[in-house]
Amino acid sequence: MKYDIILTGVGGQGVLSVSAIIASSAMKEGLYVKQSEVHGMSQRGGAVLANLRLADAPIASDLIPLGSAALILSMEPLESLRYLAYLSPEGALVTSTNPVVNIPDYPDLEGLLGHVRTLPQSRLVDGENLARAAGSARATNMVMVGAASHRLPVKVETLEHYIQTTFAAKGEKVVETNLRAFRAGREAAA
Amino acid sequence: MTDMVLLGDEAVAVGAVHAGLTAAYAYPGTPSTEILEYLVRYQKKHGGPHAAWCANEKTAYEEALGVSFAGRRAMTSMKHVGLNVAADPFMNSAIVSINGGLVVVVADDPGMHSSQNEQDTRYYADFARIVCLEPANQQEAYDMTREAFDLSERFKIPVLIRLVTRLAHSRAAVRVRDARPQNPVRKPPVASSWILLPANARRQWHDLLGRQPQFVEWSESGEFNRLRLNEERRNLGVITTGIARNYYVESLDELGYQPSHLHIGAYPVPVELVRRLLGHVSRVLVLEEGYPFVERMLRGIVAPDIEVLGKESGAVPPDGELTPDIVRRAMGLRDRRGQEIPGLSLPNRPPQLCTGCPHADSFDAVKQAIAGFESAVVTSDIGCYTLGALPPYSAVESCVCMGASVGMAKGASEAGLKPALAMIGDSTFLHSGVAPLMDAVAANTDMTLLILDNETTAMTGGQPTILPPSRIGKLVLGLGVDPAHCHVITAHHRHTEGNRKLIRKEVEYPGLSVIIAVRECVETLKTKKKAS
Repeated sequence: MKYDIILTGVGGQGVLSVSAIIASSAMKEGLYVKQSEVHGMSQRGGAVLANLRLADAPIASDLIPLGSAALILSMEPLESLRYLAYLSPEGALVTSTNPVVNIPDYPDLEGLLGHVRTLPQSRLVDGENLARAAGSARATNMVMVGAASHRLPVKVETLEHYIQTTFAAKGEKVVETNLRAFRAGREAAA
Repeated sequence: MTDMVLLGDEAVAVGAVHAGLTAAYAYPGTPSTEILEYLVRYQKKHGGPHAAWCANEKTAYEEALGVSFAGRRAMTSMKHVGLNVAADPFMNSAIVSINGGLVVVVADDPGMHSSQNEQDTRYYADFARIVCLEPANQQEAYDMTREAFDLSERFKIPVLIRLVTRLAHSRAAVRVRDARPQNPVRKPPVASSWILLPANARRQWHDLLGRQPQFVEWSESGEFNRLRLNEERRNLGVITTGIARNYYVESLDELGYQPSHLHIGAYPVPVELVRRLLGHVSRVLVLEEGYPFVERMLRGIVAPDIEVLGKESGAVPPDGELTPDIVRRAMGLRDRRGQEIPGLSLPNRPPQLCTGCPHADSFDAVKQAIAGFESAVVTSDIGCYTLGALPPYSAVESCVCMGASVGMAKGASEAGLKPALAMIGDSTFLHSGVAPLMDAVAANTDMTLLILDNETTAMTGGQPTILPPSRIGKLVLGLGVDPAHCHVITAHHRHTEGNRKLIRKEVEYPGLSVIIAVRECVETLKTKKKAS
């Protein structure tokens, strides 16, 4: 089994936390994991890309080849479309519908969402609203983990466990908000 | 034996601790920063080994060298261009007889994710005539770091570990082993081996050259360089170095056979293994991250009688970083088909300054202050504020290397570009801006230096600056800058009009002036607030 995931978003949206939670969960379930991140200059408010590879045998490359990803999981609609060439013909795209407009030439949002809908397996989730209802718009990334959870080769309980561990230091309230966000995302994409 | 999940950088840090590290020194630089960050956290938690940020890579290197002199194990880590700054101690430390193990970790940035160039540090190792290790994955980063300390003491040379961005910033499980205790303090047994007076230096250099065959012999017989010949097929041999092996291995599933393969993880190049491979095949493909270091050796000036494929033949792009797809193409495999939306074209989203960033307010004030001058120049430097080169600011005209803004403004002013204004961050100023400011003081150059003091090393994630911000003004005055032309202002849009006037006044003054624009980085402020 090989399961390659392209994670995208904009610097500050918590792409690396998403990657860490899925990676830890997969490792807990005995899978091999490679998790490639972006640090430094390219992180500041710019496009962020992380490669996450899960497999039941050792993984050589840190990077995913073209046409190989089973999933693009994106925190932002424009960014969700940037790496389509990496998505395998059977692969799925799960993205939040909420744009981060920090460039002057941001395309028409309805047009972008329309493009996403033309893909064979795509799922649009209003991550920000669901996160807000769960307690904080900052938990949008956990809504998106929830929305992707149906497709990930790891158990829901394991993901929830690592959401708890990840946010434990920030207090019970933050943990609860993020768990609610995760469950809301999962339900929305059911 | 336990498993830890580590970035390549962190695997180096843990390897060093387990090798009996006594002290580590560094200046932050992507993609190497997380090595010392890990060690700083480790020291806080466990009380040691000593881990310290330094003024720059040269001071970091020299401090590590002092630890080695004392017989104990030391590490210094930096990004590739950092080794340019530390090149002086680096080259000369190869000549002394290293006492306690000295490991130099250099993280290259092929593809220039966060750098001004993609220089290949393997040339530096060759230049200094020392041993270089190039891990292919996180496990090797750990194992090779441990080994590097042993090698350094065995061969009495600094040992270089070359990382690249993709390994430095990728995480995987690493199996770690028991830690070795630290060395006791013990001065070098031969005192003259550390005093590079010409008479001693000639002897030491001769001795280092004399030991080169030992290094090659080690490289040929060691576990890091492996040759596997395919007796049935002679059509293709492949040489991989470092992480290129990962992409190669991944392409084998589809290739359907295993070409003869030499992997190089340790240098000097294992010449005998290369000769055996080349004697076995009719064509050889060289896959290496960075410059065509091995490939150029194979080509030499007199062409070998077999075909060499690589960056110089066009089989692999000459610049940028390797990817699994570049390697697949070089192996003759087609790209796998992905998804596409015909006609879809997306705008880029370049990195940008954070909302509320003090630099943005400084750019506004500077742009307004120099408006109307025909031959003004604004030089800049390495840091978040380099983004001032991009719209909407388009406020600066140069970014070359750490500290260059100051010396370049001086030169540009002396050549006739006026007013000349240099913009440099507080950490970069302390790293490499002080010496050129001394030049400007000595010449009373007609220029203005604007120090953007956000009280941190922001671009690399908010490491502390080597001096507290309150000391920068005193330092500038101590160099001899006229107090009447040294000002501290607040970089905030509430003050833009006043700042504009002051900058205007100082750029019009026909001598040296220094303005320190202070306001804390919004990111570190946020982190502090969260922590309290």
